[in-house]
Amino acid sequence: MDLFEYQGRDLFERHGLPVLGGGVAETPQEARAIAERLGGKVVVKAQVKVGGRGKAGGVKLADGTDEAEARATDILGMDIKGHTVHKVMLAETADIKEEYYFSYLLDRANRTFLCIASVAGGMEIETVAEEDPDRVAKIAIDASKGVDEAKAREIVTAAKFPAEVADQVVDIAVKLWAAFVAEDATLVEVNPLAKVGDGRVLALDAKVTLDENAGFRHPDHEALEDKSAVDPLEQAAKEKNLNYVKLDGEVGIIGNGAGLVMSTLDVVAYAGESHGGVKPANFLDIGGGASAQVMANGLEIVLGDPAVKSVFVNVFGGITACDAVANGIVQALALLTERGETVTKPLVVRLDGNNAEAGRAILDGANNPLVERVDTMDGAAQRAAELAAAGK
Amino acid sequence: MAIWLTKDSKVIVQGITGGEGSKHTKRMLAAGTQVVGGVNPRKAGTKVDFDGTELPVFASVAEAIAATGADVSVIFVPPAFTKAAVVEAIDAEIPLAVVITEGVPVQDSAAFWAYNVAKGEKTRIIGPNCPGIASPGASNAGIIPADITPQGRIGLVSKSGTLTYQLMYELREFGFSTAVGIGGDPIIGTTHIDALKAFQEDPDTDAIVMIGEIGGDAEERAAEFIKANVTKPVVGYIAGFTAPPGKTMGHAGAIISGSAGTADAKKVALEAAGVKVGKTPSETAQLMRDILS
Repeated sequence: MDLFEYQGRDLFERHGLPVLGGGVAETPQEARAIAERLGGKVVVKAQVKVGGRGKAGGVKLADGTDEAEARATDILGMDIKGHTVHKVMLAETADIKEEYYFSYLLDRANRTFLCIASVAGGMEIETVAEEDPDRVAKIAIDASKGVDEAKAREIVTAAKFPAEVADQVVDIAVKLWAAFVAEDATLVEVNPLAKVGDGRVLALDAKVTLDENAGFRHPDHEALEDKSAVDPLEQAAKEKNLNYVKLDGEVGIIGNGAGLVMSTLDVVAYAGESHGGVKPANFLDIGGGASAQVMANGLEIVLGDPAVKSVFVNVFGGITACDAVANGIVQALALLTERGETVTKPLVVRLDGNNAEAGRAILDGANNPLVERVDTMDGAAQRAAELAAAGK
Repeated sequence: MAIWLTKDSKVIVQGITGGEGSKHTKRMLAAGTQVVGGVNPRKAGTKVDFDGTELPVFASVAEAIAATGADVSVIFVPPAFTKAAVVEAIDAEIPLAVVITEGVPVQDSAAFWAYNVAKGEKTRIIGPNCPGIASPGASNAGIIPADITPQGRIGLVSKSGTLTYQLMYELREFGFSTAVGIGGDPIIGTTHIDALKAFQEDPDTDAIVMIGEIGGDAEERAAEFIKANVTKPVVGYIAGFTAPPGKTMGHAGAIISGSAGTADAKKVALEAAGVKVGKTPSETAQLMRDILS
């Protein structure tokens, strides 16, 4: 889960990192009140979970409460790379002398964590990393040892931080690591980490990604979720414990296992190329069990998407037996009818693996005119794409 | 023969008394696996009956090894306890630990991996969030269905469970030496490269299927390894060509961030290493069929 900057700032503050005073506003009036509390002169920053907002005009200085309100009015509602700005953060201004970059992140290749640090921070860090990689230090962190003062010194030396800020950066490096571990983060990024006029080093931005798998030991993390950004179908699916991602096509997809469902999306997209460019409408992994109830819930979500014109149910019976899946589909359609929902969209079903013959027989026996059975994954994808194109 | 798991492997189950643990212990036994016991400190000293096979429950992995000579542990404990379970397996120096549990915090995976490295990597860890390892006709450690395919001479390594089953099914006419599901998490113990190396060295494997998905650069690194070290034919399949960037597709590791980790990049890298890459699972199976027939 990616956090907004203001959430990251609060998290940093809680862990004793040096940040500037700030607050978050959803209306220009709220922005004005915060600006007043912060002393008038503030920076107004769009809260979007995408990079490059500065260049897009989402970060503005304001020289007083009137101006803060005006800048907040400008920025709220703005579109930054497809993200609508619903919140602005107001922060005290800083007299920035130098901009550094500092982050901890997951290093998959080495199965550990990595610190990336540079004295050439700021908006151009990506260009620096590309054109002048020697100015960006990458230091592996041993997950079992973490970052103590000695390790922090190693980082500071490797990234060539100036002597006059070294002690401060060491302190920040240690505290930031402690925050990274304590919050089960997979990324903490500070850009810029800035030296300001009075010589202090401050975290002026905060980009934090938290590990959702660790949610069980962080009950407080749930409150950080941005409910406004979640698609209503995704929200409904989540409440039913379904692994669903909304996409922008017309063929509803239900399958078992993340890899197989991802593969199904691909196969449907290929098939769509010869059927008017129809595409998958969603990712939905119903997992191993695939009971009638789970299938009904899944079908309900997928059929609830008005963009869906046909549904492809693609199941490989591994542990799950296909006859159970077939019964699930038949019962799910009955359940939906009982709930008063009229199912009119065609379903293409492909069953393979464990008890596939029995499963196919059940579907054939049910003789539901909306359900069509195709033996192969590629063939079924073709048929589902064809039906979706016809339904458009 | 096979890699890492043979008919002589003696398997214990950590979490044998839990729902998943007992369900799959029964399946592993039915597949002919030598399951010799389980671990649950609270139920140590008791016995669990699996359709007539009585298995002893031990207090620790070390105790289980001492009593049974076990050399494989399959771990089914919930995410909150997985790190402790794996650390216990490492401390007992069991040669193979298969971590089935899904939803393990990545800092826990990083921690047990670092611990394993510090202890000299005496334990091969497969997973977490994986279907396990199966050597058809010999032994089965995990949740891969045992009856999809007979024994044969294809080796398979995959990030995905159901895609593993799909390819095993499509190529059941040839059979498999071993199928290894390495899992889709960002940090995993055994990598594509480890499995490729083992299959290359295994006299009973003639050809290799490699299944990857979007996210990370494991497939690209595997491609480099294949180019330099693998002489047996390899066919590949990558899932997620049409997945949009920034969306997590079920596996914690399956997410495209920035320009890295795309299916296209992985396909290009694999093809440059001489790997034939199929567009769909069926096409991938056909590529292998063409090689073996």
